Amino acid sequence: MFEDGTIINELLIERLNYLIYVVLLLIGLHAMIAKKNLIKKLIGMSIFQTAIILFYVSIGVKEGSTIPVYLPEHDPHGSHSVPSDTNETSHFEHGPVILDSSLVKGYANPLPHVLMLTAIVVGVATLGLALALCQRIYQGYGTIEEDELLAKMESREIRAKALSVQIPKDQKLPKKDELKKSKSRPVSKSKTQSVSKPKSKGKK
Amino acid sequence: MSTPEVTVIQDIRPLIAFVAPLLGVIGIVWAGEKRKNLRETFTFLVASIQATVVLSMVPLLLSGTIVEFHIWQMFTHVPLLLRVDGFGLLFACVASLLWIATTVYSIGYMRGLHEHAQTRFYAFFAISLSATIGVAFSANLLTIYFFYEMLSVSTFPLVTHMQDKEARTGGRTYLGYLLFTSLCILLPALSWCYVWLDDGNVAMDFLADTGKVGNFSETTQIILLILFTFGFAKAGIMPLHSWLPGAMVAPTPVSALLHAVAVVKVGVFCVVRVYSDIFGTEVLQQLDGEDWMIGLACATILISSLIALSQDNLKRRLAFSTIGQLGYVILGATLATQQGIGGSVLHIAMHACGKITLFFCAGAIFVASGKKYVSELRGLGRKMPVTMGAFMIGSLSVIGLPPLGGFVSKWYLALGALDRGATWVVFVLLISSLLNVFYLLPVAVTAFFRNPADDSGSEIKEAPMACVIPLSITAIGCFVLFFISGPLVSMVGITD
Amino acid sequence: MENAIAWIFIFPLFGSVACAILGISNRKICYPIAVLSMAGSLWAGIETLRQVLSANDHTVSYLFGGWTLDAYPRGVGIEFHADILGILITLVVLGVGFLVSLYSKLPVEEETPGKEPLFYTLFLLQVTGLAGICLTGDAFNLYVLIEVAALTGYGLIAIGSNRAAAATFNYLILGTIGASLYLLGVGYIYIKTGTLNMVGIHDIIVAQGLADSATMQVAFVLVGVGILIKMAFFPFHAWLPNAYCNAPTTTSSLLAPLVTKVMIYVMIRMVLSVFGVEFSFESTLWTDVLPWLVVVAIVCAAVMALAQREIKRMLSYLIVAEVGYMVGGVWIYNYYGLIGSIFHVISDACMTLCLFLGAGLILRKAKTTHFDGLRGLFTKMPLTMTGFFIGGFSIIGLPPTCGFFSKWYLITGGMVSQRWEYMIVLMFSTMVMVVLFFRMIERIHLAVSESGENLGHGHGDLGLTDQQTRFDEGPLSMLIPLLLASAVVLVVGIYNQEVVSLIEIFLSDFNLPRGEGIE
Repeated sequence: MFEDGTIINELLIERLNYLIYVVLLLIGLHAMIAKKNLIKKLIGMSIFQTAIILFYVSIGVKEGSTIPVYLPEHDPHGSHSVPSDTNETSHFEHGPVILDSSLVKGYANPLPHVLMLTAIVVGVATLGLALALCQRIYQGYGTIEEDELLAKMESREIRAKALSVQIPKDQKLPKKDELKKSKSRPVSKSKTQSVSKPKSKGKK
Repeated sequence: MSTPEVTVIQDIRPLIAFVAPLLGVIGIVWAGEKRKNLRETFTFLVASIQATVVLSMVPLLLSGTIVEFHIWQMFTHVPLLLRVDGFGLLFACVASLLWIATTVYSIGYMRGLHEHAQTRFYAFFAISLSATIGVAFSANLLTIYFFYEMLSVSTFPLVTHMQDKEARTGGRTYLGYLLFTSLCILLPALSWCYVWLDDGNVAMDFLADTGKVGNFSETTQIILLILFTFGFAKAGIMPLHSWLPGAMVAPTPVSALLHAVAVVKVGVFCVVRVYSDIFGTEVLQQLDGEDWMIGLACATILISSLIALSQDNLKRRLAFSTIGQLGYVILGATLATQQGIGGSVLHIAMHACGKITLFFCAGAIFVASGKKYVSELRGLGRKMPVTMGAFMIGSLSVIGLPPLGGFVSKWYLALGALDRGATWVVFVLLISSLLNVFYLLPVAVTAFFRNPADDSGSEIKEAPMACVIPLSITAIGCFVLFFISGPLVSMVGITD
Repeated sequence: MENAIAWIFIFPLFGSVACAILGISNRKICYPIAVLSMAGSLWAGIETLRQVLSANDHTVSYLFGGWTLDAYPRGVGIEFHADILGILITLVVLGVGFLVSLYSKLPVEEETPGKEPLFYTLFLLQVTGLAGICLTGDAFNLYVLIEVAALTGYGLIAIGSNRAAAATFNYLILGTIGASLYLLGVGYIYIKTGTLNMVGIHDIIVAQGLADSATMQVAFVLVGVGILIKMAFFPFHAWLPNAYCNAPTTTSSLLAPLVTKVMIYVMIRMVLSVFGVEFSFESTLWTDVLPWLVVVAIVCAAVMALAQREIKRMLSYLIVAEVGYMVGGVWIYNYYGLIGSIFHVISDACMTLCLFLGAGLILRKAKTTHFDGLRGLFTKMPLTMTGFFIGGFSIIGLPPTCGFFSKWYLITGGMVSQRWEYMIVLMFSTMVMVVLFFRMIERIHLAVSESGENLGHGHGDLGLTDQQTRFDEGPLSMLIPLLLASAVVLVVGIYNQEVVSLIEIFLSDFNLPRGEGIE
C-alpha cells in the first residue's frame, strides 16, 4: 500500500506538505465563510494565511541541507575565507557573492523564508486592522455575531425610514419607546393637482 | 454621383457652418431671460451666418468643386471629416434657411403662449441645428454617426420641454427608439465597416469606399443593409416609426423644424447616404432581396397614409403624413437608380418646405384659437385667411401638384421607378398621392367652406404677425422651389 | 531627471510619513502636504513616461537596492519595470489621486473631523500602493503592494461610519482570500521557474516549454482566481456596493475608479507578459469559459443597477458591469479586444472619477444621493450636473467621450472574434445604462413624481420652492476637480488615437489575431 507510485504514497509521503497545507487552507476557508462570529472568521483567516506560509517554507527544504547561513569556511567576508587567486586590494568584498553551485547544494533555499517574513508581516497587519474593525463594530452595534449584526443594521435603516429622515452617518437614533411617543407616519406626499387636463388651452 | 472632373479644395467654410450655432449658444445663455431681445438677436445672427456660409458654397459646387475640411483624426484610417457635395449642400441649405424662418415663428409662438425656459429652448435648438449641418456635411460613416448621436441627445430637452407626464412618456419613446437603434443596431454595422471596409487609406468613406461592400458575401450585404436601414430610426421606417407621433408632445416650433425638417430628414439623409455612397447603385441592383426594401418603403407609405386618414388631432395627422413622405425618400434610395436617388434627395427639400408650412399653420391655429382637432376647424378660414391659405399651398405641395415643389421630386421618383423596371411603384406613388389628397385637402376645405358649428369662435383673429410671416414665406418658398428646380436637379447629380 | 520612476513612490511615501508626524500638532497642514506630494508624484510620472517613450525598447528599468541583472535569470533584486502599459496606468492612478486630493479638503473636514492626519496618511499610502502595482516587475512584490493598497483601502473606508466598518470587514475577508490565492499561485510559479521577476518568468516558460506543465496550469488558475476576486468580478463582487456606498466621499472617489482597474491591469500583465500569449490563450480553457461568465456578470450587474434608487449604489453596480467589459475584452482573444480592454481601463477610471466626484457634490448640496431628492438640480447646480452627466454619457458610450471609443474597440473585438454573445451583452448593457442615466435626467428635469403624477403648476414648474432651485453651486475646491475630470474624459476621447497608438506599440510585441479573413 505504501509503495512508490501509488496515490497513497504520493499523497502521504512524497507530497505530505501539500496535503497538510491544503487541509489547513480548507479549514481556514471554511471558518471564514461559515462561522458567524467575527473573531472566529479572523481565526480562520489566520489559519488560511498560515497554510500558505507553511507551503512556501516547505518548498525551500532540500534533503540533507543546512540552514541558509554561511558556514565559516564558505564565508567570503570573514577571516576564515579562502583568499581569491586574483589578488585585489583587499579580500574584503562588498555586496553579495555568488557561491559555487556545488556549495549551494548544501544550503536550504533562503528565498521562501524571506518572502514569508514579508507575508507574515502583511498577515499581522491585516489581523491588526481586522481586530480594530471588530472592536469598532462592537462599539457601534454591541455585537460581533454576523447575523445579529445584520439584524441591527437593518432595523436601524427601517427606523430611519419611519422617521423620514436621512440619517447623517453616526447619529444616535432614539430608542424604540421614544419613537412610539412621537407621531407615527408623517403625512405622505400630498397629492398635487391631478393630471386630467382635457382640451384646455395651455400647452401645445 | 460625382461628376467627371471634380476638384477637391480645403476650406474652412464647412467648419464655420457647423461651429457658428455652437458659439451662438454661448451668447444665448449669457443673454438669458433678462435680455430677451438680445438673446433672439444672437439666434438670428448665427442662423444668418450659417445660411450665408452654406449658400456661398453653392456656386462652387455647381462648378464642380468639392469643399472639404478635416477636423480631427479619430482612428487610424477614419478622420472626422467634413465634405460638401451635392446631397449634403442641398440638405444644409434647406435646414439653415428654414431655421431662420422657424426662429421668427418661435418668437411669436413662445412669447404668445408665455412659455417657460425659453433660453434652454433656443440654446438646444441651436445645438440641434449645428448637429444637422454636421450630418449634412459628413464625409464618412463615423462622422455621420457622431452628429447623429449629438442630434438625438440635443433634441431630448426640446421634446420634453413641457416637463410633465406627457413629456416624460413622449421623451421616453423618443429616446428609447433612437438610442436603442443607434447603439444596438447601428454600432455593430459601423464597426464591421471599420474593420473590413478599408481601402488601405481611408475606411468607411463615402467617396472612396463606395461599392466595396460588393466584395463580400450576399448574406453579409443583406445583413448590413437591414442593419443600416433600421439603425437610422430617425428615418421613421415602419415598424420603428412610433417615436414620431409620440414626440408631438413638444411645442410646435420643435415639431415643425425638428420633425419636419431636421431630425427626420437627418434620418432619411443618412439612409440615402448609405444606400448611394456605401453600397452604390450597381451593388444594390445586383443584390437579391433588395426588392424587399422597396416593398418595405411602399408599405410604410401606404400604411401611414391610411393611418393619417383616421387621425383627428391635426398634429398627429401631420406626423403620420411625415412618416409617409419619409417613405418616399427611402423609396427613392431603395430604387437605386440615379434618378431615384436624386429624386429622394430633392424630396427632402421639397417636403421640408411643404411640411414646415403645415406645421406652422397648425401651431398658428393653436395660438390663435386653442384648437387642436380637425373637426373643430370649421369656418376658421374666414377668420384666419392667411394661415389657412398657406395650409392649402403646403397641402398641394405635399400632394405633388405643379407648380409647387413637391411635383418635381415625385416626378423624378416615378422616373427612377421606371428606370428600375418597377412599374408597380408608380402605381403606389399615384395611390399615395390620392390618399394625401384625402387627408390634407379636407382640412383647408373645412376651414374655408364650412360654417362653424357654433358662435363661440367669434373673437378669433389671425395669428400674431411673428407666426404669420414665416408661414407665408415658406408657402411662397414651395412655389420658388418649383421654379429653381433646374439647378437643384443638377445639384443632386441627375444628368438627363 | 534620473530615477524618476523611484520618485513616483518617494513623494507619496514621505508625504504620508510627514502627514502622520506633522499632523499630530497641526491638522491643517495635511491637505497641502497631500496635494503637493501628489503633484510631485504626477510630475515624476510624466517624466517617466517621457523616458519610456524615448527609450529604444520603450521600457525603463529600475532595480531597488543597487542589485543588478546579472544573476540567473534576471537578478535577485526587485525590479521596477515600466513599459508603456505600466506607465499609462500609473499616470491614470496618479492623475486620479491628484484630482481627488484637490477635491478632498471639505469632504474630509466634514465627514471625518479630527481624523485628517490619519486619513491623508492612508490616502498617500494607498496611492503609493496602487502606483507600485502598476510599475513593479516582480511577482512577489506585486503581492506586497496589492496588500498595501488593500490594507490602506480598508482603513480609508472604515474611517467613516460604523456601517462602513461593518462593510469593510466583509471586504477584508474576501480581499485577503483573493490576495492569498494570488500568493499561492506565485509560489507554484516559483517552484517551477525559480525566479520571481516577471520578465524572467516569461523567459523561462518560453525557454523550457512549460506550457503543458500541470503546476503552471494550477498556478495560472490560482493567480487568475485570486485577481478575479480582488477585482470584484461576479460572483465575487458582493463586497463592492456596500464598501463604496458607506465609505466617505473622498474614499469612494479614490477607490472606485482605481482599485478594480488596477487589478484588471494585473490580469493583463499576468496574461500577456508573465504567462505569455500562447500559454494563456491556447493552453487553458479560459478563452472558452470566461466570455460566458462575463455575459452572466454583465447581465446581473446591469439588472441590479436598474433596481437601485440611490446614486452611489447604482454606480457601484455599474463598476461591476464595467469590470465585466474589461475581462471580456481580454478573453475574447484578439487584438482589438485587448486595445479596447486597456483603453477601457483608462477611460473607465476617468469616467468613474467624474461620476463619484459629482455624487459627492450632490450629496453635499442636496443632502442626499437618493433619486427622490434630485429634482431641480439642473438649475441649482448646472456645472456639477454637466460634469456628472459627461461621465454618464461616457458610460453610455456617446461620442466624443472616451467611453464611446473603448466600446467601439470592444465591439470590434467581439465581432472580429465572432463572439456574438459578448457583443450582444455589450449592447444590452448599453441600453440598460441609457435607461439608468436618462431615468436620472428625468427625475432631475421633469415635474413628475415617482408615482407618475404631475407636480407643480405646469409651465415647467417642478413643484419646488424658490430656495431649492436658486443657483447654489458647490465649493470651488470640489467643483474644479470635477470639471477637470470631465475635461479629461473628453480629451481622452478626442485624443484617443494618441493613446491607442501607444497601446498598439505595447501590443505589437505579442502575437494576437487580428481577424484578417473576410467574414
